[in-house]
Amino acid sequence: MTYRSDPYDPKQVALLSPESLQAATAEAQTAFAGASDLDALVALKPQHLGDRSTVSLARREIGALPPAAKSDAGQRVNAARTAIQAAYDARLAVLEEERASRVLVEERVDVTLPGDRRPRGARHPLTTLMERVADMFVGMGYEVAEGPEVELEWANFDALNISPDHPARGLMDTFWVAGQDQAQATESGLVLRTHTSPVQARTMLSRKPPIYVVVPGKVYRTDELDATHSPVFHQVEGLVVDKGITMAHLKGTLDHFARQMFGPDARTRWRPHYFPFTEPSAEFDVWFAEHRDGPQWVEWGGCGMVNPNVLRACGIDPEVYSGFAFGMGIERTLMFRNGLADMREMMEGDVRFTRAFGMEVH
Amino acid sequence: MRVGLSWLREYAALPDSVTAEELDAALNNLGIEVEHIVDQRATVKGSLVVGKVLTIEELPGFKKPIRFCTVDVGQANGSGAPQEIVCGATNFAESDLVVVILPGGELPGGFQIGARKTYGHMSAGMICSSRELGLSDEHDGIIVLDPTVVKAVPGVDARPIVGLDDVIVEVTITPDRGYQMSVRGLARELAQAFGVAFTDPGLAPAPGKTAEPAWPLTVEDPVGCDRFAARLVRDVDPKAATPDFMQRRLTTAGIRTLGLPVDITNYVMLELGQPMHAFDADRISGALVVRRARDGEQLTTLDGVKRKLVAEDMVICDESGPISLAAVMGGQTSEVVDDTTTVLFEAAHWDPVMVGRTARRHKLFSEAAKRWERGVDRELCLVAVERAVRLLEEHGGGRPGDEILDIDHRPEARHITMNPGLPSRLIGVDYSADQVTDLLTKVGCFVAQYDDRLDVTPPSWRPDLVQGADLVEEVVRQGGFDRVPSTLPIAPPGNGLTPSQRRKRSVGRALAEQGYVEALTSPFVSAGVLSALGLPTQAVRLANPLSEEEPYMRTSLLPGLLGTLRRNVGRGNRDVALFEQGLVFLPAPESGTPPRMGVDRRPAEEDWTLAQRYVPVQPWHVAAVLAGSPLEPAGRWGAGRPADWSDAIQAARDILAAAGLAATRVTVAAGERAPFHPGRCAAVAVDGTVIGYAGELHPAVCAGQDLPKRTCALELDLDAVPLPGVTPPPVLFNFPAALIDVALVVPDGTPSAEVEAALREGAGDLLEAVRLFDVYTGKGVEDGHKSLAYALVFRASDRTLTVDEAVAARDAAVAVAAGRFGATLRGA
Repeated sequence: MTYRSDPYDPKQVALLSPESLQAATAEAQTAFAGASDLDALVALKPQHLGDRSTVSLARREIGALPPAAKSDAGQRVNAARTAIQAAYDARLAVLEEERASRVLVEERVDVTLPGDRRPRGARHPLTTLMERVADMFVGMGYEVAEGPEVELEWANFDALNISPDHPARGLMDTFWVAGQDQAQATESGLVLRTHTSPVQARTMLSRKPPIYVVVPGKVYRTDELDATHSPVFHQVEGLVVDKGITMAHLKGTLDHFARQMFGPDARTRWRPHYFPFTEPSAEFDVWFAEHRDGPQWVEWGGCGMVNPNVLRACGIDPEVYSGFAFGMGIERTLMFRNGLADMREMMEGDVRFTRAFGMEVH
Repeated sequence: MRVGLSWLREYAALPDSVTAEELDAALNNLGIEVEHIVDQRATVKGSLVVGKVLTIEELPGFKKPIRFCTVDVGQANGSGAPQEIVCGATNFAESDLVVVILPGGELPGGFQIGARKTYGHMSAGMICSSRELGLSDEHDGIIVLDPTVVKAVPGVDARPIVGLDDVIVEVTITPDRGYQMSVRGLARELAQAFGVAFTDPGLAPAPGKTAEPAWPLTVEDPVGCDRFAARLVRDVDPKAATPDFMQRRLTTAGIRTLGLPVDITNYVMLELGQPMHAFDADRISGALVVRRARDGEQLTTLDGVKRKLVAEDMVICDESGPISLAAVMGGQTSEVVDDTTTVLFEAAHWDPVMVGRTARRHKLFSEAAKRWERGVDRELCLVAVERAVRLLEEHGGGRPGDEILDIDHRPEARHITMNPGLPSRLIGVDYSADQVTDLLTKVGCFVAQYDDRLDVTPPSWRPDLVQGADLVEEVVRQGGFDRVPSTLPIAPPGNGLTPSQRRKRSVGRALAEQGYVEALTSPFVSAGVLSALGLPTQAVRLANPLSEEEPYMRTSLLPGLLGTLRRNVGRGNRDVALFEQGLVFLPAPESGTPPRMGVDRRPAEEDWTLAQRYVPVQPWHVAAVLAGSPLEPAGRWGAGRPADWSDAIQAARDILAAAGLAATRVTVAAGERAPFHPGRCAAVAVDGTVIGYAGELHPAVCAGQDLPKRTCALELDLDAVPLPGVTPPPVLFNFPAALIDVALVVPDGTPSAEVEAALREGAGDLLEAVRLFDVYTGKGVEDGHKSLAYALVFRASDRTLTVDEAVAARDAAVAVAAGRFGATLRGA
């Protein structure tokens, strides 16, 4: 081991004195604690912990000490430095925390501002109501059947046991496609379908029983548009043809349908009625507990057992098979179910109306 | 049909205690729709009494005559003192009997009667008119009671006297049940419903035909007229008035009174359901003939209209020609008039189909025609004639002729053979054969019951009963629908929605999620709009459109959507994006009349197939229109982004994506198609077949159709879009990708999609993706050119690409673009 042989100069090692180090520590602690923000704190750091700081200069003086004193002085300097660094770190943590909190406060926004940069559109409630009806029947095993809207007179009338002289065929009720002969309106043999029922005939001609279908669709009658009528409206109808089908099955089906559409208390009430395509026939009301004018019976649709003449015209043996059919207006259903007063609102396409119903009708 | 309960009670022994609610329920359960049940006893509240006019003082100086009257109302006012009433009517004199409502009473419509000062006098009560009491629409002054008819003293309740003591039932009859359009039919139904006795006025005794006819008459067409009965009444007092009860009942039914003989025919029609006609026999010349009209023959009917007849109409003729349009309306020349003294009553049975056609042809929907169309009992003719003759004898002082005419070509009664188990089989309720027989007998059928069948003869008033199912309806109707249990049938497993049904929903949802609002627009279009939009004018035309302006069915969804767009803008909804899905109507492959097909069996396959060729082609379209900034409207973030052609084209791509098609199957190319802007129209194709167009509308269309400038639109034929089939899985590689951007300078007119296709082709399999991220023209790019900047992603399936490999692939890509479009690398 060799030692420096510089003469000991007590003045040069003054910084190493415990008093000096204590003073420097205290001074640094006070200065750091007094730093009001991060910038001030960082600015103070070189003075108290930098190369020219007391503790750094003091460390350099250690070499000047006699070997016996070095260990002691070294420990003293380290302790001072650690204390100053700790003071710095503590203040830094406090100030960083303060700044973080302040940023969060400063970044506060008005969460009530609108954000609808890309507004959603909407589907028409008549469309979604028809889908809802279809889905319910599909869930029961039915399939959705479709047909043309400009339809053969045969399918719209003849096949459905509507006699050649039935008033419904007249120009007063039914839109006829013009034929070549202007004077003979019915020569074309084509009408705008007046109900979804021609799809019954098409279905029976294209499928063999058992048949379980639901038919939502657009239909046409020669009514001017007003609060309760429209020349174009929508119906949904059901047809079942199978062995052993009874009116009890029809009732069960309509009761189930009613509960799906109008809640668990809903049920149907029937009145005998006349339709050419069903026999026996009935009109039915539904008990609607949520009606906006209070719980009440509401006329809903027509139904009955498929007339044997219809089965025969479609090539199904009425001695082997029986069937039921039912139908109702979608506009009417939407109107009383959702409390709409005017049919025209559904037909005019005002976006304010349709948007109110969103993507699904509830 | 509107009728008083008192009339129904004449034939149905309904208990006095029957309430309006019970009636309502019973009628409803029978399938008779109740419009109103009005208890007239409750329509006028308070004291409605007979009064005797004591004094009349005319009050001068008012715009209209006003009278101050004192009226004796007996003790009805509590004091017995004369009631002082101001009255505006003048059709009465002192000592007349009138009807007075006293203060505290209330007239129909909630009109409350009090004592009040008017025209300078206190008026305590009111002298009533028929209209004020809700009895009729007549308002020719107040009711003056005829003292020779009304034996009443002042102060007694006036309700029974004026006929305000009945319950009025107004019902709607379904088109199959003509028999219910009569007192006879309704009474029969109610008697059954309440389980009380029914006296059938249709079975009243009536003398049969005599050897000498009441009038010489031949029926030339027994199909059109299978029964004709007639009888004379002579020496009728032409001054004889229609009795009060009859007038009241006719008024209730909504039938005007027209003199006694005619009123009697209407009365009998209401009572029995048999339409009748009364001729003035002195105005008939010679023998009568019942026959089909000759084309072009003319007849002036009772309503004064001169009608041109066709060969299908039935007429009754005398030597002068047609004098009556059979079953529908009589003629002027032989009608009963003020001085008629000899009346020939006619009751016949006509072919309902003929009557229906004649009524529609001549637009004569008379009460008689309504009954004929629904079916009239063919056994009633003689009974009706007898009833009419006796009424005229009683009230008109007539002398019935001895001769009775009855020409009878009635067909055999119909029998229906039915399996007694049919009602149980169709209804789901167990009915024994005895029960079925019993229920059918109750509705008037004659039933012969055998071990294996029932032979049922329906009653003459039920021409609607023709097959087993009709009898089943009678069984269940009487049992009540309430008794039908509620059970669910078990359907076989279904296949759910078809792919094309699911696709329609996906497309609708996709558009709605993008900001489009669904509309259901009118399918009727004008020739004007078709040509203005440049759409095909070969359209399906309606014979009887609601508006002569719009006789065509849409060939495109755009006319309707653009009209709806315009309506929205007009209402201040300026940022609009609309869509619609639905059928459009295109000419059928064949024109003319489709083959006739019967209904007794399934149509022959070739007929049915051929018939479809006459049905217009009806593809399912989807279309959308945009105006303003509907997709990105103005807001706190700044101005809205106006919708443009690219939104419309993107919507078309989104539709096809929602339809399940991979983007690689869709091509968009510049197209030219009305009504689009020729430079801003895209033809959208799937697998190379164009299925629709999208873009900005032609400026002339926007201006001409009053649409916002730069309105955009698209329309696709969804039916022409193939179903996607099973989606193959994407092939994903995970080695690092090499990303290289290229900017290519190409001539201005070069479609970017084709440049992209060239890049894809040249780059080969290593190219994973390419995306156009900038289009630049201006400084640094030669005039007439544009710079297209693409980001290319290269990736290999089995290794990390080297830079050299990626650059080589890029160079190959650029080389193809260069070769095809003269593309140069920008800055190269």
